[in-house]
Amino acid sequence: MVESALKLERARYERSALVEWLTTVDHKKIGILYFWTSLAFLLIGGLLALLIRTQLIVPENTFLGPEAYNEVFTMHGTIMIFLVVMPLNAAFFNFLVPLMIGARDVAFPRLNAFSYWAFLFGSLLLLSSFLFGAAPDGGWFGYANLTSSRLYSPGLNIDFWVMGLQVLGVATLASALNFFVTIVNMRAPGMSLMRMPVFVWMTLVTAVLILLAFPSLTVGLVMIMFDRYFGTNFFNPAAGGDPVIWQHLFWIFGHPEVYILILPPMGMISEILPTFSRKPLFGYTFVVFAGMVIAFLSFGVWAHHMFAVGLGPVPNAVFATTTMLIAIPTGVKIFNWLGTLWGGAIEMKTALLFAASFIAMFTIGGISGVMHASVPVDYWQTDSYFVVAHFHYVLFGGSLLAIMAAIYYWFPKMFGRMLDERLGKLHFWLTLIGFNLTFFPMHFLGVDGMPRRVFTYSADMGWDLWNLVASIGAYLLGASTLLLFVNMLTTLRKPADAPADPWDGRTLEWAIPSPPPAHNFDVVPVVRGRDAFWIEKYGAEEVVGPAPERHGAESGHNPHNSGSGNEVGHGSSAGHGQAAHIHLPPPSWFPLTTAAGLTLMGAGMVVHATESLASLGFPIVGLGIAMVVVSLLGWTFEPIHEESHA
Amino acid sequence: MSDGTAVGHAPEAHHTTTGISHNKMLMWAFLASDCMFFGSLIWVYMVYRGRSLEGPYPQEILNIPYTSVSAAVLLLSSLAMVLALHGIQHGNMRRFRVWLGATAALGALFLGGQYFEFTEFYHHGLSLEQNLFGTTFFVLTGFHGTHVGIGIIWLVTLILMSLFGRLSPADAERVEIAGLYWHFVDIVWIVIFTLVYLIPY
Repeated sequence: MVESALKLERARYERSALVEWLTTVDHKKIGILYFWTSLAFLLIGGLLALLIRTQLIVPENTFLGPEAYNEVFTMHGTIMIFLVVMPLNAAFFNFLVPLMIGARDVAFPRLNAFSYWAFLFGSLLLLSSFLFGAAPDGGWFGYANLTSSRLYSPGLNIDFWVMGLQVLGVATLASALNFFVTIVNMRAPGMSLMRMPVFVWMTLVTAVLILLAFPSLTVGLVMIMFDRYFGTNFFNPAAGGDPVIWQHLFWIFGHPEVYILILPPMGMISEILPTFSRKPLFGYTFVVFAGMVIAFLSFGVWAHHMFAVGLGPVPNAVFATTTMLIAIPTGVKIFNWLGTLWGGAIEMKTALLFAASFIAMFTIGGISGVMHASVPVDYWQTDSYFVVAHFHYVLFGGSLLAIMAAIYYWFPKMFGRMLDERLGKLHFWLTLIGFNLTFFPMHFLGVDGMPRRVFTYSADMGWDLWNLVASIGAYLLGASTLLLFVNMLTTLRKPADAPADPWDGRTLEWAIPSPPPAHNFDVVPVVRGRDAFWIEKYGAEEVVGPAPERHGAESGHNPHNSGSGNEVGHGSSAGHGQAAHIHLPPPSWFPLTTAAGLTLMGAGMVVHATESLASLGFPIVGLGIAMVVVSLLGWTFEPIHEESHA
Repeated sequence: MSDGTAVGHAPEAHHTTTGISHNKMLMWAFLASDCMFFGSLIWVYMVYRGRSLEGPYPQEILNIPYTSVSAAVLLLSSLAMVLALHGIQHGNMRRFRVWLGATAALGALFLGGQYFEFTEFYHHGLSLEQNLFGTTFFVLTGFHGTHVGIGIIWLVTLILMSLFGRLSPADAERVEIAGLYWHFVDIVWIVIFTLVYLIPY
């Protein structure tokens, strides 16, 4: 009797743990959800990459047919961009940004949960295409009118792509709105803009880029959807429509997207390099402004993806010039990172190795980027493996290596456990070697004329050797990625004993325990300069601004603030702020149900495109709309200030 | 820091770094993004302007006097919106409800006009599939109409909330934010009206 009651009690407890994750609005938990979800998608995207490399390992291979190959490279690109790198960045935005600016959560915790669930469901909608044997096969860029006409893409493949990406676009926009407001509006006292950690700066710039670039993709996708479903003529040449319009819309989004993928990783290494050099970031102001200049210029370079379209010499020359200009702020950043390492007391931790290799690998990708900024050179290199080599050096050698560095650096903060350094270093070296073996030979293949997106090549082209090398490198890279998972999973089985500040960090997240308590900061920290936590620990060697006045009635209640700046943040409190009653928003089901309704709308559209179930399509869309409306009403009237913690 | 004994009100709940509330800043950021959304739609309309291969062409079918009236209706709704906000800011809930109701009604009148216009065009042979003009016109003005429709639902929700006592003069900013959205949708219509209707083909 007692035992069964206990069992029941336990079952209730266990279910409520699941419910807690489904309804959480805590930015740290949402960050962890993003983290594991996108790492799972990394395995899927990586597996697809291995399929590509297996197909190309020998000439005239029959491992994958041309149709399957189209699906595999399309999904590899789409997954890695929208389901891996962007959400991994979002995992760190979520976990770190509120901690770094001394806030208790993001500005809109429920909207944040909605972003995650819409991301998850949108991804599952996209991936479910595999179950129906209809994975998208039009490239991640989905060029019209191949994608906009059912004549040329009759299956459900493109429908899954269009609907999945629209759901993901809503998730991304909601997230960008949230982080924009959070960073602008929720900084701790004294955290002026120019005292923000560079990672927070790059998150802010990325949020602005998303807000201004994603609508163009949304409009393009809506037009493809209308062409496919309602017979419009947006990209139909027979009615005077122009498929090149899609290319403009796509790349006006697509080029800022490249910086949406790379700026947050640049922010990550701008935190990691100073910590392991035990020096402040060299040229902080330049790094921040270079990020803004890159973001600004990114809206003026889209047509370099279209040099071969035939826009004419004047547009091509203009876009070649703006593209080359981007090398200047990027070069500024690279030299600032080198300046940070220069003369530093460098600690060769795994995180630093990944961060330093980022600089080298990203520079290679940057230089090949400047090469095809030149129009005649681009005519030669476009659609060849040279371009594949280029963007893998910036997206893998850049974004992913920096994210790996971030995983090793912030894992203790997220999970309270230190990753194994020996396994980490093995992971690093295998990754670096495997990466270069895979992608460096593609430069040679590209200049020799091997085309992208073609499922095989003839034996007499002389491309056997470098393709073999690239494939071996890819297997090595796959094995090294498994080492990361082994490291993480074995580490999670160990006791949570990571100290609050294992690396002698500089920013506020290190001032609180690992992992942080639900309310983050016992007292709202007061910020007296850049590298806020470093100043609290060691005092300021350079000029530090005066301690800010606390706003409102609390000013004057804080004797510590007038100190010389030498007190060490004690225990779990960062800086010295006032204690206040802490409100935490209660959990909510509505973000999840709103996201589910939204995805149902997308799924209904896909159903409508089937032959046998078409009549069910619009009712499902209607159900989705009803679900969104009811959820939003519930959301609006749900009380949000009930629970309180101390 | 122990339970319940701490200071009564959480100051950070009301304080923001810029002094602008989270909700209002969210709306401004959303409107910036929405500018790019309409910007893209309008850009595509302008690129395809006058490139239809067959009729009906815009000059045969657009009824400028009619649409001028419906544009005026929408612009008047902005005036009503301002008066509604003024009402709630000065604690006059009756005036607030009357003018917000007028705003929603004028918006609905505009939508009704658009419905009539669309049917009329359809009877003249203009459809989504017919030509580039039909494609771009219906999608652009249709998305604008959807924005108006969402705005009407929002305004009606605010009126209902005030009737059930869940909206007081202390919540005037919620009305102000709805107003930002409403005025934005109006301004977009001025641009669309000018580019689609007024400039001769």
